[in-house]
Parts: sequence; structure tokens; C-alpha cells
Amino acid sequence: MSNSRRTTLLISLLVALHLPVILAGFFAPYDYALQDRDLPFAPPSRLHFVDQTGAFHLRPFVYAWKQSPLGDAYEEDQTRMFNLRLFVTGAPYAAVGVWTSRLHLFGVEAPARVFVFGTDGFGRDEFSRALYGGRISLLAGFLGAAVALLAGGALGIVAGYYGKWLDTVVMRLVELFLALPWLYLLFAVRAVLPLRIKTTDAFLLFIGVVGLVGWARPARLVRGLVLSAKERNFVLAARAMGASELHILRWHVLPQTYRTILTMAALLVPQFILAEVTLSFLGLGVGEPIPSWGNLLTELQKYNVLVSYWWMYLPAVMLVVLFLAYYWASETLEERFATVSS
Amino acid sequence: MKKVAAPSFARAFLGFTLLILGGALPIRATPQDYAIANGEPGPAGGNLVVALRSEPKTLNPILSVDATSREVIGAMNADLIHINRETQHTESGLAKSWSISPDGRKYTLQLRRRVKFSDGAPFTADDVVFSFQLYLDEKLHSPQRDLLVLDDKPIAVKKVDAYTVEFELAKPYGPAERLFDGLAILPSHLLEKPYREGKLAQLWGTNARPDEIAGLGAFRWKEYVPGQRMVLERNPNYWKTDAKGSRLPYLAELTFLFVPNEDAQVIKFQSNETQILERASADNFSLLQKDAKSKGHCLYDLGPGLEFIFLLLNMNQLDPAKFGDIAAKQAWFSDLRFRKAVSLAMDRPGMARLVYNGRATPVWGNVTPGNKLWLNTSLPHPTRSIEEAKKELEAAGYSWNANGALLDPQKHPVTFSILVSSSNAQRTKLATIAQDDLKQLGMEVQIVPMEFRALVDRVLNTKEYEAVLMNLVNGDVDPTPEMNLWLSSGETHLWDLGENKPATPWEADLDHLMEAQMTTTDYAARKKLYDRVQELVAENLPFIFLLSPNILVGAQATVGNFHPAILEPYALWNADQIFLRPPGAAKCQ
Repeated sequence: MSNSRRTTLLISLLVALHLPVILAGFFAPYDYALQDRDLPFAPPSRLHFVDQTGAFHLRPFVYAWKQSPLGDAYEEDQTRMFNLRLFVTGAPYAAVGVWTSRLHLFGVEAPARVFVFGTDGFGRDEFSRALYGGRISLLAGFLGAAVALLAGGALGIVAGYYGKWLDTVVMRLVELFLALPWLYLLFAVRAVLPLRIKTTDAFLLFIGVVGLVGWARPARLVRGLVLSAKERNFVLAARAMGASELHILRWHVLPQTYRTILTMAALLVPQFILAEVTLSFLGLGVGEPIPSWGNLLTELQKYNVLVSYWWMYLPAVMLVVLFLAYYWASETLEERFATVSS
Repeated sequence: MKKVAAPSFARAFLGFTLLILGGALPIRATPQDYAIANGEPGPAGGNLVVALRSEPKTLNPILSVDATSREVIGAMNADLIHINRETQHTESGLAKSWSISPDGRKYTLQLRRRVKFSDGAPFTADDVVFSFQLYLDEKLHSPQRDLLVLDDKPIAVKKVDAYTVEFELAKPYGPAERLFDGLAILPSHLLEKPYREGKLAQLWGTNARPDEIAGLGAFRWKEYVPGQRMVLERNPNYWKTDAKGSRLPYLAELTFLFVPNEDAQVIKFQSNETQILERASADNFSLLQKDAKSKGHCLYDLGPGLEFIFLLLNMNQLDPAKFGDIAAKQAWFSDLRFRKAVSLAMDRPGMARLVYNGRATPVWGNVTPGNKLWLNTSLPHPTRSIEEAKKELEAAGYSWNANGALLDPQKHPVTFSILVSSSNAQRTKLATIAQDDLKQLGMEVQIVPMEFRALVDRVLNTKEYEAVLMNLVNGDVDPTPEMNLWLSSGETHLWDLGENKPATPWEADLDHLMEAQMTTTDYAARKKLYDRVQELVAENLPFIFLLSPNILVGAQATVGNFHPAILEPYALWNADQIFLRPPGAAKCQ
């Protein structure tokens, strides 16, 4: 595949993965907190084109789930068909965080519900939760990466460019932070937080802490880049012509680091999404009923869920695809920059 | 002195035991006074493996407080009079028979003769007197001491002769001879000297050598591998035989494996590494049911046990300067109509279905349907109604804003947090349902999962919480062990700790009723008093009672004489009679 086609494909994949999350209210058929206490752990709805009589329908339809007579499984209630419809009105949500909308991309007539990813133990639609959950997880990814890159980048530049004792201090700090067991740090932070802090606020605080602790690696990398950049001939030339330190830093040294920082960002975002998953797994994530990808996967800690309900793995599959997309993105970026500089 | 003036149910049961003994004794008059167990006779030998959730901390019955220590200690020791976990009535243990004086204060116990400790030393009245001396010694801080002190006067123990002991209480005692259950009789020949030297607290740790420990239980100490297992072996001197005259126990060894997580316990049970699954969660129970037949697993749903799960709203008298935020919310929590509204909003059947696959029973009071002897069956079970709940709130001056959020009479929004133990997935799930139920009343509730010990510390010590979802388990069906919970001066009077005198008239009534039931010996009279206690509790809702989970137990079909019960320890209470069938003869009880 040619380079540009691969890039187009990659960008469409990333958009396809992020857009439904950003516009979760529209893409998700239901509210993330809506419980249906008669349908815990219902499997994904089956899309049908052919009804019981064997007649073919152009418009796909679903049947509602009902408990089997023994009460230990679900079966389709084939007495009534529910057509799948596009652009339906449903539960209200805040579109783009501003105005209230009721428009959803797809849905079926009540009382039936369409479950793309099945339901969780409370009968909540797992697909809607996965989309809404992405908002928290992606926020964690971007926020964490931003904090780490900003803090790390700034300190790396200072250490690399000004050198001497500043360099020594910053680099010793880097080593200290690399050795820090951040998980225990977070437990300690949670233990001293007062109860009245909202779990979402606490969570953002955690991500901030993780980001801050994560500044060490980017700092070391940026410092190395700055160190080599400031010795390059055009920098020496600029200096000889009397350019100020700030000018040299801004126009000659910093541009040398952009590409690496961008590549690094593509690697850091999934890393911080993973941090969110870990935090939630340990019970330090956002509280119920707000979903996050980590929260969704927490269900898989339970043995019976692990062996009985395969659809609970679907958020994990989604994560794998997302992570792969990010790694391909960082690889593509690296290759592109390599061609440009050669 | 009349023979056995215990409550009528105990009397009835005793008659039953005597009948069995009477029928068996003339044929097998053994000089040793052995007890004869009425279980199915089985073959001797074999090693029974059971998983424990955590490692026992000690083997010293005087010091043990945790459930796993007590379980292992229970298998190695015996008491004078024992509560049969299956019938819930008392039966003869090391005391062959007993009588109670007409005033209900004096107990005379006849001990079994020529019974030996596991190291071969004889058991006499001296061991009984010595054991009670230890339990009553204030310096040893034994958890059993509280039960042996009535009206600040400890029980007086007197040796009459080598096989007769007399106990005298300051007041008549309602539970009567149930008092003796679980009080292990200890060997004075091994412990007297260290006790005099003040070294008793260091003895019988898990690092003890087998020759340092002796007991009167079915098993004796063999081996401990930290982090892995604890092994007990058959006590050759045990004082029970089966109906055929073979000496119990049947098992050659009893091994406790340390498996810290319930899912891992289920996997070990599925792969036949353990033969008994002491308590399964409802989820795993359903999972095991799927292939129980083909794998030869016997599964038992014993119905609700003595555990109840409840929502507790902080009604402690807090210092507003220190706990301003929580203290401000207490005006809601201490309003009975608010608590009634919360209780009415709870979807108890939904909780039972979603969290326990239907294997739990909704409760509206502190006595669960598992406690058939004491349950007040006339208590109302108000059905869930958001409408009714809203009416209660309205009557109390609450209102709703345009977004449907609940406002208190001062127009502050009603929001609070519920603590749950982070290690208990079911508890978090229950809280999530409660959160959704309360949202329908316009309350905004946050769930705060917290490490269990930190949670207990907040509830019992710092009192820094708004609401908490937790459970209590009664060790016995009798109401007296609940004294600590209901008395306003009780140490676990959870909703208002350290309340020196009752804060409300109904709490004063509770105090009187609980004191009265403890010193009444007639069952019918006690039941009447305790029925009123249940009424008061259900009316005034110091706890929002939710559910009582069923006791779910599993065993391989090869385990014989397996009779799990709803009293702790659920599965191993009759370990002395459990045997292993040859694989061909496997069957479920």
C-alpha cells in the first residue's frame, strides 16, 4: 500500500473510532445509566432479515429478549418484530455539551431495545456505555499525555539548553520519578482525599498525578534532542550573528523537537488510556454509574462473567483496535519524518 | 433443683438427645462415656481439603477473633455444651448432662469420664475451671469475656468433684446453656505454667510445634506451610463414636488451603483440588449448577442465613465544628420520614435478582427468615413505591426543583455519598442499584468504594461518613449476642455510637426489652419481648434493611455425612462425622 493511502486509511480509522465517542449522545441509542432490571447480561440483539414465516424483509429487524422458561438464559420473543430505524427520537442528551437533543442515530420501537454489545449486570446497554465511557478514557489519554508532554518538554528543554547545574538537578529528578511506584502514590492520594470530592474530580486529579509522574521519560528524550540541536551548525551560525538566546530557542532548537514530541504523543495517549483502565480495575476510577472503558472491563474480574458472557469482552476488542491505530499512527509519523529529514 | 429448666425448645431437644443416648447406651455401655453420633456410618481414612479465604492468625482460642482462626480452632477443640448447627438446638458436648437451678442462675454440669486430650493427658474438672479462669482474665482480653459477665459480675466456676462443675451467674440468663457453645476447654497440664509466668499470649501461634498443642476436638495440629496450607490430623483420643461403635473422626487428615479469592476457590473446587466449597457467591453457584451433574458436584442452597445487608445513615452525634459537612446532612438522616422514604424507594426484589440471581431474600428487619425460632412473622413488608416515598418526603417539607432534584426544607439539594467495601463486588452492585433508586427520588448519591479496614475504621472510630452499605452476621439464632448492637451503650450500636443514654424514647424501650429478654428464661416470654424489639426496629429504621443472601455451599459427591447449615461454620461444623466415599459410591445427600 502506498504511503499516502495508508495515511488516509489510518486517519479514517482514527476518526471512525473517535467521532462516535465525541458525539456519544447521538451515536448511543440509550442513556448510559438506564437500567432494565429484567434484562441483566442479555446478549447482543440479533439482526434479522427473514421472519418466522420465511419472508424476507428489506429493513432489518430485531426481536425483544425474554427469559427462557427455566430462567437461566434468554431467548427471542418472536411474537413481535421491531424494525431497526435510523434517526429516531429517544432519551435526551446534551449535544456537543450545549443544547439538548433527543435525536439518536438508530434505535427500535419501545418496548424492545437493541443491544449492539449486549447488556451488563444491571441491564444497561453496553454499547451506549462503551461510547460514553470513551469520553472519560479518551479524556484521560489526552489529558495525561498533555500534562506529561508539557511538563516533560519544558523541563527537558531547560535542562538540555541551559545545561550545567540545572541539567544535573533535572536529570536526577527524572531518575527519581522513574523509580517512583506511582500506583502506591495514587493509593496514598485517594486515602487522604475527603469523601465529598466528586469521583469525577478525584479521577481527573489522579490523571493529573499520573501525567505529572509521567513527565520523566519525555523530559529525558527532549533534553537529548535539544542537546544535539544546540550544537548544530545553523544554531552556531545564528549565535555568531548575534541572535538572542530566546530567538535561537524558539526558531532553531524547538522546531527540531516537534516531530519527536508528536510521535511521542501518539504513543503516550494509549498509554494513559491504559492507565485509566488500570485505575478503574483497582477501584480508583470514576464512580458508578458513569462508565469508562476501565469500568466496563472491571466486570471481567469476575470469574462467572469471564466464562459466561462473551459480549462483555467487546469493549476490550474495541480497545485493542484503538491502541493498534495509535501505534500505527506513531509509526507512520516516524516514517514520514524520516523521509522528510533525509 | 429440677432437671433442666431450659427454654422449652431446648428442653424438647434434650429429650430427643437423651432418647437416642438412652436407646444406645445399654447396648454399648462404654467406660469412657463416649458420645454416640447419629450420622451415617462411613469408612475411615482420607484427606479432606477445604479452602480458606485467609490464613488463620492464631491457634489460641483465648485470643482468636477472626473467622478463619475460629474455624481451624473449632476443629481442634471441643466445648462443654454445643449448639447443633443443623437443629439450632443445644446438645451434650464434653458435659454429659446438666441441670439448671429453679432460679435460673446455677448450672451443674456432669463431665464425661476418662476422656483424654489429643496428647493422651486426662480431661477433668480442673481443665474446665482453668479454661474459664483464662476466659475471664481481664489481662488476656479474651473476646469471649463479655458473654461471661452479667451485671459486671463474672460467672463463678466451682469444681464439685473431678467430674462435676458448678457455674453461678449473677442473674438468670435467657440463652441458658447456649452460653457454653464455642468455649473451648483447654489443657491445664500444658498451659497452667506459662499462664502463671504471663506467657500465655505468646503461645499457640501458627508457628507452634505439634507437641506444644493439645485439644479435645476431632483433629489435632500437624503442619503449617505459610502462604499455602494448614494440615490437621485425626485425634486418636476423640470422645465420639458412630452408631457402629467405631471411633470418630473418620478422616485421617483435614487440610485447609489458603485461597484468598472466591473465584479461585471455585476453580479449585471445579478441578477437584478441594472437596468442599464453604460459601459460593450466587453468580458462581449458578455457574457450577450448569455442569454439577456431570462433574459430580452436590450444590446446596440453604436459603437465607443469619446475615443481613443494610444501608446505614450516619446518625452519630457529631461535632459540627469538626464534621460541618456531614453534620449538615444529619438533619435529613435523623428524620424518620426521610429514612422511610429511602426504605420505600429500595428495589429489594430487583437487588436480589440482579446481584444474587434471586438467591437472596428481601428483609425489612434485623431477623432474617433463616432464623425460624425468633422471626416476628407479623412485621409489615411495605412494597416498593416511589410515589409513597415522595409523599413521605413532601410531608417532611422536602420539594423538587425544575430538574427533579430533591431539595430539603432549607432548599439545599440532597446529595450524599455511600461507602462500600471495594473488595466486595456484590456490595458495589447493590449500591449502584440503590443509587439509581434514590435518583428517582431526586437524590444525588455518590458511591465511594473503600478498602474494607478503612471503611470499618470510619464507621466505628472516626465516624467520618455519610452513609455506608454493609452487613452484619449473627453467630447464633439467639437474640442475646445482639445486645451490643441494640443497647444504647453497646459497642456496635452502629447508628449512634457512644450514646451513653438512649437519645430517643424508642431507643430507651429497646434497652429495656433487650435487658429483659436476656434475664428471662422462658422462651415464649422472651419471644414476646424480642418480637417487640423487631417491631421497634422496623418502625424506626435505624438501618435500612435490604437483603439476606442465601447460604450456598458445594461439596463433591464423594463427601459423606455432609449437612451444611446456616450457622457458622456453614460446612465443617460436623467435621468429626464427615467421611469420604469411594468414588464408585458417590452420591449427593
